[in-house]
Amino acid sequence: MRESTFRTQMTEAREAPDQRRGISGWLRANLFNGPLNSVVSVVVIGLLAWILWPFLKWAVVDANFLGSTRADCTGSGACWVFISARFESIIYGFYPAAERWRVDIVFALMAVLVAWLAIPRLPKKRLVGLFTLIGFPIIAWFLLLGGHFGLPEVPTRAWGGLMLTLTVATVGIVGSLPLGVILALGRRSKMPFVKSVCVIFIEFWRGVPLITVLFMASVMLPLFVPGNVEFDKLLRALIGIMFFWSAYMAEVVRGGLQAIGKGQNEAGQALGLGYWQRMGLIILPQALKLVIPGIVNTFIALFKDTSLVLIIGLFDLLAIIRAGLTDSNWLGFSTEGYVFAALVFWIFCFSMSRYSQYIERRLNTSYRR
Amino acid sequence: MSEAQAVAGSASGDEPMIQIEHLNKWYGSFHVLRDIDLTVARGERIVICGPSGSGKSTMIRCINHLEEHQQGSIAVNGIPMNHDIKRIEQIRRNVGMVFQHFNLFPHLTVLENCCLAQIWVQKKPRAEAEKTAMEYLERVQIANQARKYPGQLSGGQQQRVAIARALCMRPEVMLFDEPTSALDPEMIKEVLDVMIELAHEGMTMLCVTHEMGFAKTVADRVIFMDQGQIIEEAPPETFFNHPRSERTQLFLSQILGH
Repeated sequence: MRESTFRTQMTEAREAPDQRRGISGWLRANLFNGPLNSVVSVVVIGLLAWILWPFLKWAVVDANFLGSTRADCTGSGACWVFISARFESIIYGFYPAAERWRVDIVFALMAVLVAWLAIPRLPKKRLVGLFTLIGFPIIAWFLLLGGHFGLPEVPTRAWGGLMLTLTVATVGIVGSLPLGVILALGRRSKMPFVKSVCVIFIEFWRGVPLITVLFMASVMLPLFVPGNVEFDKLLRALIGIMFFWSAYMAEVVRGGLQAIGKGQNEAGQALGLGYWQRMGLIILPQALKLVIPGIVNTFIALFKDTSLVLIIGLFDLLAIIRAGLTDSNWLGFSTEGYVFAALVFWIFCFSMSRYSQYIERRLNTSYRR
Repeated sequence: MSEAQAVAGSASGDEPMIQIEHLNKWYGSFHVLRDIDLTVARGERIVICGPSGSGKSTMIRCINHLEEHQQGSIAVNGIPMNHDIKRIEQIRRNVGMVFQHFNLFPHLTVLENCCLAQIWVQKKPRAEAEKTAMEYLERVQIANQARKYPGQLSGGQQQRVAIARALCMRPEVMLFDEPTSALDPEMIKEVLDVMIELAHEGMTMLCVTHEMGFAKTVADRVIFMDQGQIIEEAPPETFFNHPRSERTQLFLSQILGH
């Protein structure tokens, strides 16, 4: 029979071994850790270079950047003069040149507010957030539209370019999230009336293509309302976009709500918290955190789909560039135009994506085990 | 009972803390609670045991209306329960509850967990709420973890925080729904110690538990439930030494016999 064994001295905890490796170590471990992998790596790198190099040559090496007319396009690559020559209209659309400072102020204010809210170190988040949601839209409304305080009125049909894209995207994002949260809560409500209203709303807007929504907003809505009431076309599009995306948002948020255990709600009930307190203080903070990837996914889709407003005659970033393509002085520069539009959209969407990943990491550390 | 009497009744001290009469509840067609009658006096400590599915959790969850009953009446501290949410919330403020799975709020620190309802339900200023919270965290000996998140604590510590969180509302009754069933054996004692201390301070307690040692130490009455009904009800000595119903004898032999 085996003797029993026992330990007389406990082992102290030790440092984990150093696993940093440097560049050559990383390359060896990840790309060249065997003959087959080495071959695959070389082939893939070669393929990438083969595809990317002609593009870089076209876009950067052989390209023209400076100038003001078509005559400045001397290189064999891209001619970015097409973009730089009409840069102002790409940003402001048909906004009168003398009034563009108003757009600049709104842009700058928005940038400051977004940065303030996005950078965790800065104080007074609640106050700034409240101002961003209430004060800023009012200021932006008066500044952009004008007609008060001695500012000349600039009708929304003169809005365009990046400014219009950002307006539509911002209103869509800021409007669809809260509306989506309300709809998601309503869909889980025990009250049959509230529940069915929310279900019908969500299923209707989710079942219709966005293009149809925009057409209905621009063509059909005026048929239903009395002739003397005039809704602004942009406003109609904004409402349509907001409703459309809030239906998607509602389903994303509902996914998060379902992931929160029943016990959380019960604990809140047992403490005497009311419905809105339980939702606002306990359930939603957890549920929304869980579905950040889905929410940002929806934001990104929304941002890109703002370009659909061009079919109802609003000139967003993409539409302004397309309009430039038909300029007889600049025929044949569609590649530059579309690549530039893609780049602008990509920068905004990629930034949202990165920021959401950063936020996820930050929220995770707060109560990681 | 009229509204005025209901409110006046809550002030007097001589009526029962909890009065349950002819309580019946169904899940669909399944009859979970059958003609439950139970009166709990002020300061009384009651342990409820029974096989799983016997309706013991459902019964105590009816007391703060986490479960809705279909027939019968419940009155807590003289306030009769009805379907009015204001009335329900009034009762809930008087009734603390501790769950099997703790149900702490994972996105809030231990301290914030204890302050949340004080601030939003009792409308206390934050500083005062924190002071109360620290007092109770001190009592369950976990004040040094106040700034941590629940996920950073052991099961036993989390359950003690959950008890402190309920006590912060200064309830007159505490309901415990299998408070130690989800804990590792090493941690059961630290939670039971807190509960025993609470019992000695005169808190009215209803505990669904299988900790028979706890029942023997602190219970004034042990209730055995099976198939949605109260089978036997006795002081612990009688209950454990001379159980009268066969069903109780079988149950006790199963849980004490190994």
